[in-house]
Amino acid sequence: MLKRINGNNGPVRIPGVRIADASFPAPFRSGLEYSSPARGTWNIVHTGMLIPEAHEIFVCAAGCLRGVILTAAEMCLTDRFSTVAVREHNLLDGDMEDLVIEGVSDIIGKLPGRPPAVLVYTSCVHHFTGVDLDMIYAKLRERFPDIDFTDCYMNPIMRKSGLTPDQLMRSRLYMLLHERKINRDAVAIIGNDLPTQKDSDIMKVFRAAGLKVHEITSCRDYDEYQEMAESSVYVSYNPDAAAGGDMLEERLGGRHHYMKFSYDPDEIDEELAKLADTLISVTCDAENGGDAEKASAREAAVRAAVTEITEQGRIDIRRELDKTLALIGDTPVTIDYTFCPRPLGLARLLLENGLNVTKVYLDGIPGADRPDYEILREKFPELMLHPTVHAAMRFAATENAGAATANAETAAKQTAGQEEACRVLAIGQKAAYFENTDNFVNVVEGGGMLGYEAVTHTLELMRDAFINRKNMRELVQIKGLGCDICAR
Amino acid sequence: MKQTARIISTYSADVMGVCSALFELGGMTVMHDASGCNSTYTTHDEPRWYDMDSMVYISGISEMEAIMGDDEKLIEDICYAAEEMHPKFIAIAGTPIPAMIGFDFDAVAEVIEKRTGIPTFGFPTTGMNTYVHGASMALERLVTKLIDDPGDAWIEEKLDEVEKSDEEVPYKVNILGLTPLDYSVNGQVQSIEKWLTGRGFIVGSRFAMGSDLEELGRASEAEVNLVVSGTGLGAAKAMYRKFAIPSVIGLPIGPKQSDLLEDALLKAAREYRRFRTAGTANERAGLTRLKIHPNDLDPVVKDDMVVLIGEGVMNFSLANSIRFETGHKTKVLCATECPEGILREWDKMTTDEDDIIPELAEASYIIADPLYKPICPDSAKFIPLPSEAFSGRIYRDDIPDLVKDPGLILNQF
Repeated sequence: MLKRINGNNGPVRIPGVRIADASFPAPFRSGLEYSSPARGTWNIVHTGMLIPEAHEIFVCAAGCLRGVILTAAEMCLTDRFSTVAVREHNLLDGDMEDLVIEGVSDIIGKLPGRPPAVLVYTSCVHHFTGVDLDMIYAKLRERFPDIDFTDCYMNPIMRKSGLTPDQLMRSRLYMLLHERKINRDAVAIIGNDLPTQKDSDIMKVFRAAGLKVHEITSCRDYDEYQEMAESSVYVSYNPDAAAGGDMLEERLGGRHHYMKFSYDPDEIDEELAKLADTLISVTCDAENGGDAEKASAREAAVRAAVTEITEQGRIDIRRELDKTLALIGDTPVTIDYTFCPRPLGLARLLLENGLNVTKVYLDGIPGADRPDYEILREKFPELMLHPTVHAAMRFAATENAGAATANAETAAKQTAGQEEACRVLAIGQKAAYFENTDNFVNVVEGGGMLGYEAVTHTLELMRDAFINRKNMRELVQIKGLGCDICAR
Repeated sequence: MKQTARIISTYSADVMGVCSALFELGGMTVMHDASGCNSTYTTHDEPRWYDMDSMVYISGISEMEAIMGDDEKLIEDICYAAEEMHPKFIAIAGTPIPAMIGFDFDAVAEVIEKRTGIPTFGFPTTGMNTYVHGASMALERLVTKLIDDPGDAWIEEKLDEVEKSDEEVPYKVNILGLTPLDYSVNGQVQSIEKWLTGRGFIVGSRFAMGSDLEELGRASEAEVNLVVSGTGLGAAKAMYRKFAIPSVIGLPIGPKQSDLLEDALLKAAREYRRFRTAGTANERAGLTRLKIHPNDLDPVVKDDMVVLIGEGVMNFSLANSIRFETGHKTKVLCATECPEGILREWDKMTTDEDDIIPELAEASYIIADPLYKPICPDSAKFIPLPSEAFSGRIYRDDIPDLVKDPGLILNQF
């Protein structure tokens, strides 16, 4: 439990709003921001390291470098990570371009071997001093023609305007791909930190169609990474990856297909149908020298797979929902936005099927969640929304620690010798932290789940979390959950 | 090339030093930053984050606010939060963007203080210096702004007690320069306190781990300060300027170093007690000494060179102890800010990888954080001494308590 050291020593009002009263897309006042200890989401270092053998060089002030260096150190990847520190005199001397060019060159010269690619991250100070980034990269490419360079950014000051740093980072992952002949038998899933689950709906479709699937999470070396460029379709389903997909389409000539992440069976069906159309259109095109028989067979296989997935998916969802409801009953369930891109969609699915979702933790309502927001306002107006970065959330865990203690004592009296009952089931790390519960689903960024499989798998994970307590304190503080190269 | 690091880490920055120094005091510290500082600080620099509900936030400054110079947004946000949460004080610390746009910390602090009635500090940190600079500045300003003289009645009572006592009344010692960045949360602070009480001193205020703001407010009751890291030097100077209280710099590691430190503390405290009522602080200042640290030059009896990398005061103390106890030559590469007069003439201030590497060539032993190991020559024995200020939480479990158990290092030679 947190030791109370704040000034007034009294309870602090935990900010929250009924969804019926919440405005879209910003339900809370913007102000000072708090950072909870839940750290499972990935940052730009984790994501950049997905490019095999690439070397990351960050150019910024020491204070900004520290977090990224230590991320690399926790991943045991300091040998793929270097820094150039911007100091006060650089701001005054106007030598920022030279610092980047000479600093990066110096580091490359000191590396034990030539990396095939270098990701150069510039920062807010470069943005504000009007640094000529085009000139910098042109010079670096001229000096090191054997190295692929790409521009990456650690400029959080831009997170409220234009593409966010996260969207930019996901787009940069594919900027190093060299154009090559498109292969209609190959597709790529792009923009994810975590690998797409093998039994997810789209993987089933791809398998049925006999398509080779590229995903950066499975690339073992730089050559294999480059093979992604052969893909005829780039599928993204992380909303922050969509912009990168469009850039890729423009640059390499394949087709970008954005698939909405959803927990709504009707929407899942729609998305699968759209995917089928794209795959058939692009990979079954016999008119341009393709094999007509093969194209026809693939089209049939895709249609059949989608039909089977949609029919079976609804049966599976019903079965899993019934099992979950029977086990969890009216235990309060809370969800946070780090779990998946559609937290309100998940809340709606669970509430409409009898589960007791009481709170959703989010700072803004994602655009894709708007239909769910409207429906929830009508049907479940008492659902509470709570922020995660609002200053007063510093005390949420303290407040809930009291509830946790009281519950534990009651449970101990009622069920002496038995496992402590689940007081609240949290879906996502931030929800778990704020609720102070060890009964939680430990997944970030959707966990590579998609479609019907995302629904059934999530329900399975909820049942497991209800029964099996986890060491929340330990687990949520690990950075980059699911980053298998992370050593911590 | 200076400013580049192929593989080593970087020290916690000045803005984090401010947060760390003020963490336990019930205030609200705001890093004027877009994003990133908060997660870095709370993940890597602040082992107390999970267990103490200190109010440390970022302002979340946006591109437009920076371009338009919209300070009012920050002021309103801070006043709004302060009204909700009633901090005992407010601190605003800067990062690169405020430094670039010429943010006026003092003016904004003054506006906030007037609106809220809560003491407010502005710290013009830039994110480009180390934590020592920021923490030292924060502790110095605490002394300057919030700590008063104990008052005539208290002094009279104290002197009366001294006069009537047949034995020497124990001296009260403040400990300056305590943050987890140097001392983690593994009992080192308690070991320093235990050492002081074991040597007959009374522990006064601990700047700033283990004391609340009220206890720090009584810091002027002390007769001497023990400065245990560079982060305490600003407060030491302020205590001297304001109250003429002297300071001794060093950490009690090993027998001889500890004895010398005790002697220095006693000498300084006795002087101060003798002159406590002699005129104004300015007048008394001439009668006491700002800082004394044990640096007796025992003969070096072994040729092996021990190179230590890290924060100045701690490593200087450890270097002294190694020389006293083992006879080895030592050299400190101070990678943080360290005022003149602390290090020896052959020690070096250096943060850059390319400057450090040549210094390691002559080493037989290297004592440093494990994240320095990749640049250390195989010819030297590497003795890991993790520092939260350099490697964050990664080696937290391996940080030794050298005050309690100096043998962990001294027995490695």
